[in-house]
Amino acid sequence: MSDTIVTLPDQSTARIPKMNYLTKENGLLSWLLTGDHKRIAILYLISISFFFFVGGSLAGLIRLELLTPQSDLMATDTYNKVFSMHGIIMVFFFLVPSVPATIGNFIIPMMIGAKDLALPKVNLLSWYLYVAAGILALYTMASGGVDTGWTFTTPLSTHYVNTHVLTTGMAVFIAGFSSIFTGLNFIVTIHKMRAPGMTWFRLPLFVWAHYAASILMVLGTPVLAIAIVLMALERTVGIGVFDPTKGGDPLLFQHLFWFYSHPAVYIMILPGMGVISEVISTFSRKRVFGYTAVAFSSVAIAVFGFFVWAHHMFIMGISNYAVLIFSLLTMLVAVPSAIKIFNWAFTLYKGSITFETPMLYAFGFMGLFTIGGMTGVFLGASGTDIHLTETYFIVAHFHFVMVGGMLMAFLSGIHFWWPKMTGRMYPEKISQLAAVVTFIGFNLTFFPQFILGTLGMPRRYASYPPEFQILNVFSTAGASVLGVGYLLPVLYLTWSLKYGEIAGNNPWQATGLEWQVQSPPLTENFPEIPIVDHEAYDYEWLERQKEKEVASVG
Amino acid sequence: MSHISPIIWQFLVKWMTNFALFPPEASKIAPQMDALYFFMVLVSLVGLTIVILLITSFSILYSKKRHPVAVQIEGSTLLEATWTIIPLGLFLVMFVWGALLYFRIYTPPANAMNIYVVGKQWMWKAEHPGGQHEINALHVPTGRPIQLTIISQDVFHSFSIPAFRVKREAIPGRYTSVWFEATTPGTYHLFCTQYCGTDHSHMIGDVVVLTPEDYKKWLDGSTSGSSLAQNGERLFASLSCAACHNTRPDARGPSLANVYGSRLTLSSGQQITADDAYLREAILNPSQHITQGYAPIMPTYQGQISEEGVIDLVEYIKNLDSDYRVQQTTASTTLLPEGEGNTTKAPVAPGANQRAPQGMVKQ
Repeated sequence: MSDTIVTLPDQSTARIPKMNYLTKENGLLSWLLTGDHKRIAILYLISISFFFFVGGSLAGLIRLELLTPQSDLMATDTYNKVFSMHGIIMVFFFLVPSVPATIGNFIIPMMIGAKDLALPKVNLLSWYLYVAAGILALYTMASGGVDTGWTFTTPLSTHYVNTHVLTTGMAVFIAGFSSIFTGLNFIVTIHKMRAPGMTWFRLPLFVWAHYAASILMVLGTPVLAIAIVLMALERTVGIGVFDPTKGGDPLLFQHLFWFYSHPAVYIMILPGMGVISEVISTFSRKRVFGYTAVAFSSVAIAVFGFFVWAHHMFIMGISNYAVLIFSLLTMLVAVPSAIKIFNWAFTLYKGSITFETPMLYAFGFMGLFTIGGMTGVFLGASGTDIHLTETYFIVAHFHFVMVGGMLMAFLSGIHFWWPKMTGRMYPEKISQLAAVVTFIGFNLTFFPQFILGTLGMPRRYASYPPEFQILNVFSTAGASVLGVGYLLPVLYLTWSLKYGEIAGNNPWQATGLEWQVQSPPLTENFPEIPIVDHEAYDYEWLERQKEKEVASVG
Repeated sequence: MSHISPIIWQFLVKWMTNFALFPPEASKIAPQMDALYFFMVLVSLVGLTIVILLITSFSILYSKKRHPVAVQIEGSTLLEATWTIIPLGLFLVMFVWGALLYFRIYTPPANAMNIYVVGKQWMWKAEHPGGQHEINALHVPTGRPIQLTIISQDVFHSFSIPAFRVKREAIPGRYTSVWFEATTPGTYHLFCTQYCGTDHSHMIGDVVVLTPEDYKKWLDGSTSGSSLAQNGERLFASLSCAACHNTRPDARGPSLANVYGSRLTLSSGQQITADDAYLREAILNPSQHITQGYAPIMPTYQGQISEEGVIDLVEYIKNLDSDYRVQQTTASTTLLPEGEGNTTKAPVAPGANQRAPQGMVKQ
């Protein structure tokens, strides 16, 4: 144990460096043909934000329809299309690429002391695939949409609906490859591009989390691609793998689909957990409590995450003994998440804590993810799953994990690294307000849905019995508050691009290598490749660095 | 109070006094399910309180103002072991408790009364053994275990009765089952909880729980004139099943008397128990289910019999307890609509005679 005093640098004399990755080249083409991981991250950030607001508007329509028990705003068919597109866009075009493709893309090479990702052109290709897939998805939406739900369940998707199943399936298929390329790039980069001295156990936990998520992307996504191709073949030529009248098995599709889509929730949440580790450590000026446990819990989540998929099918007549095994494994995957929560909480112990916006979002994450995780145990226990599955309980559960967890982490990370990405600070007071508004709006929206689910209200219903109305009214009211909470950052972050305070190299006095260089960074990140001689989150090393700097300048 | 706007007034009076927070407990399993549910709620609340207490107390104690100097701590194996083992223990308790409940809900007792449920876009059809049919409704008596044998005619559906805390997926081409014992008379929600297309949210109905006496009255008042087994017998005759399954020594198909529930050896050498699912498969996809010693000559009936027709046949075969009954069917290939004595006396609902042919064509 030792003591660390951290003082923030004087910002009045700071200037944005003339030479940086943003000013290196100009013009649209220099962006569209760039191989720079930082520019690609910015391209991703713009595109996923766009899709987030498309998906968010659809969510607004859903909540508006559910304000009253009758399906009076939209026809049931329209409602079905709206929630299907909401799910598809939010899952495949926002949550899966959210943190990895933006923050991960920007920060990982800098964190490990590399000049770029290992495969810059593949990185750009992955963005182009994402955009192509996104345009295809928007095209299907404009030309009539799809009403299979984001799960494409057969035989509904293959034999019974007349909407754009194939084009949407194609969009998801392509988006999947974008995700595979990102994952592959991270794995190669983390293995091969670490700076001298950057051993595995000196990596920031953000990198560990992305490594685990990348493995899931590379191994899981091809199975989704296979499932979609089989579904498309079944729909077009009737190959019969999922058709019981031809000897096929309708449940097989769900096995394949969830073999990807359950690990996919860990693809979505693990990078968010990486963000939380960085933020909690930085704003309590203290190394993460139990680094190894947190690092290995990410790996454990990734490994166990592959063997729990059938818990989505407890009521579907799979064998009782399969249910036993999958229920047990589901309980085991909950443990590493609990470990992380307590390790983060104890990181605060004897720290020196400040409450900037990223920290507020991180606190929000910890509270909401605890609820999301615990309610996951309700569903993992096979007995209670029978009553709670396919109801609003499950909707509330995964929104607590995905929105309360992942989106909070994403916003935390965006605020945290905003000074590094743009060279300017966001306005602190209003963004703290936005964090609080988001938290309140979120709870008001999704907490009533736990009660609705316990009452038995099924998900994906355009109309519902009148005694469920009041809770739905609360939920819709919360959604409007939540909407404000999400619009605010767009406004003030855009404002800050021009009017924000100059950030300087290391406004938070964080220890990561990315904070030791100028903001915004040079295209090549580091003037010379750093040699790493300290552990991650070594605040004493940071102090010594500053003393050295003062000595050399003086 | 007079200046409160009428809309807010309506909100306060009409809604706040009339909304649900917890579903009624109307089956024997419901209180058991709720016990585990509340145990989990309790554990979650304790866990959440601990997390919130840790965050707030550390935030207050170690805020930068109060504690300007951070003390670097590596970690603590003891503490980390504590918060690994305690959650793991609690999760394992929930796993075992949940699994016990799961096996209870999906293992029907032998004496359960069987009701068939067919799901189709977008309605539920229930068929009682006595031949009573209902759409988007299910009448059941209290105090008696009821087994539902569920199948879907098209896409996945899911049969959910929140007040009973039971739910089971209706799968195309496969029987699934669930059971319950209703305890409190009343009318409860019946939902389809698996998204099934356009009118998914209209695939709802009522579960009406009646006292045994009222249930008997309801049965008598809603009879269609012939039981499922009788419909099945008619189908058996009209599809000429008896041409082969006729119990004669030189028969080309095995006798079906007492076949239900027996152990069979298939031509592949596989040993199976002839349950509902097997009978259904053997009718629709016979070449895969040939009993040892017989030639694979039975044609498939896939596409020729509706799910209701298959249920009638299965119910008929289930009730075949002697060769004599088969021979009776065989003898009357030009069968009269009402084969058995007591049904001819029962009042025949209009349209009852047309029901059997309807069951034969795929809808």
